Amino acid sequence: MKHLILAASVLAGPAFGAEIWVTNEKDDTISVIDVDTLEVTRTIPTGERPRGITFSKDYSKVYICASDSNAVQVMDPVSGEILYDLPSGADPEQFVLHPDDRHLWIANEDDAVTTVVDTVERKVVAQIDVGIEPEGMAVSPDGKIVITTSETTNMAHWIDTSTLQIVANSLVDARPRHAEFTEDNKRLWVSSEIGGTVAVFDTATKAELAKIHFAITGVNDDLIQPVGFEFTPDMKTAFVALGPANHVAVINMDTYEVEDYILVGRRVWHMAFSPDHSKLFTTNGVSGDVTVIDVASREPIKSIKVGRFPWGAAMRP
Amino acid sequence: MRPALTALLAILHREALRFLGQRGRFIAALVRPLVWLFVFAAGFRAALGLSIIPPYQTYIPYETYIVPGLCGMILLFNGMQSSLSLVYDREMGSMRLLLTSPLPRWWLLASKLMAGAAISVLQAYAFLAIAALYGIRAPAMGYLTVLPALFLSGLMLGALGLMLSSFIRQLENFAGVMNFVIFPMFFLSSALYPLWKMAEASPLLHDICAANPFTHAVELIRFALYGQLEPMALLWVLLALAIFGTVALWGYDPARGTLTRKG
Repeated sequence: MKHLILAASVLAGPAFGAEIWVTNEKDDTISVIDVDTLEVTRTIPTGERPRGITFSKDYSKVYICASDSNAVQVMDPVSGEILYDLPSGADPEQFVLHPDDRHLWIANEDDAVTTVVDTVERKVVAQIDVGIEPEGMAVSPDGKIVITTSETTNMAHWIDTSTLQIVANSLVDARPRHAEFTEDNKRLWVSSEIGGTVAVFDTATKAELAKIHFAITGVNDDLIQPVGFEFTPDMKTAFVALGPANHVAVINMDTYEVEDYILVGRRVWHMAFSPDHSKLFTTNGVSGDVTVIDVASREPIKSIKVGRFPWGAAMRP
Repeated sequence: MRPALTALLAILHREALRFLGQRGRFIAALVRPLVWLFVFAAGFRAALGLSIIPPYQTYIPYETYIVPGLCGMILLFNGMQSSLSLVYDREMGSMRLLLTSPLPRWWLLASKLMAGAAISVLQAYAFLAIAALYGIRAPAMGYLTVLPALFLSGLMLGALGLMLSSFIRQLENFAGVMNFVIFPMFFLSSALYPLWKMAEASPLLHDICAANPFTHAVELIRFALYGQLEPMALLWVLLALAIFGTVALWGYDPARGTLTRKG
């Protein structure tokens, strides 16, 4: 009986709560935040200038763009040990893991290429020439299209993942930094940092459907620099980080209207949801903290100190 | 016990009547902080929000910061207003009537204080309700936990008024109270700016603000509004209440002849 109770309690009690992993660009570390207690539980050293971060499908590995180490590092999330480095091309900034859970598509900011890396063979499979200063990366849910946005060419490049060729280029406003497909694969959103807009494309026709503009009372227009964004799973609401405007915009995904602005820390960059999507964690570069937003009430509830210049965020359930 | 309660209720009733009779006063007491909130705070929006200070857990707009200070402003003005009414009472002779009651003097004065504080608290809640409608909200529980903080601060500021009223000879002198008490107390406090901001401007200013009992009343309200207790602020408010109350009691002591001298 005792054993049974013990076994039951082990099964019932979650040994580890969900976590948000945040890369600290200046500290060369990752801060791990407990989603329930909203406190930093671990700080893990990484390679130089960690930026993009993503987990493998089964969360057994975490991939980190160590930009100044010119490598994608693969870490064991349990021990926090770097297992090995993947070849990544020079200065990897952002990447995206293909739905096949095997290929990483990496933007190499300095070389104007997108590099495809096989994480199993640990080698570069292909390099595709794209515009100047590629940064934002997105993959369609069906895995057929990968997007690279180039910051200086001001384009979103549509890359066919089977032929490894660019099939289309969409012009967007200045300095596109982040791209994301909607879950239903019907829309592609691209944020333009200097342009201060978010463009929405129809994935079938590749035509622009809408362009979202922002205006915050008391904040100068040139401070409104949209970067990272996330969608709620019901595809009703998008949250867009507005950089040095220190706000996150809440957008109605049907009407493309901005419904709200949420005050967060300084220079908000990227964000990640908690597993149940009830909380959103934003990385605030200049203030060196992560603001937690209650998704239902759209209220900021806490800002958590992390390392210097937090950049990327990823959730681990 | 019963006569004491009767006296308290009678005084409360009288304060309530007076309050209801002066609707202008109620509106004025509400408009004042609302102007600060909607006009002053709106202009200063960008001035704050660069640092997180307890009890806040994240960045806040200036409007959110200023709300507890404006609650304090309501209590401060009301405390002074009741001192004004005491001077008036004294001139009209109703004060003598009150103080000739067989109940102990401290109880009568305490009743007067409690009645004034109760009215102040109601006004503060009316203000908080309007602020909430405007979108400046505290956690729901905070509206309950702020009650004792508001009441205690109301008592303390009322006691200050009571103390001053025992020294003011004529109604006309009340303008002096405005200039020498209300404004310095309000501006030299954490109502409008956090103390660290004051310290940046001048350490002396910071020290004055830190010694101002009104600062501690505001901080007590601020923390209570977020369900937290700031022991330092509580201590200061209680200490100030004790001092002001004692001096007021002494000021109203017939042995000292204040009233006979007046009468």
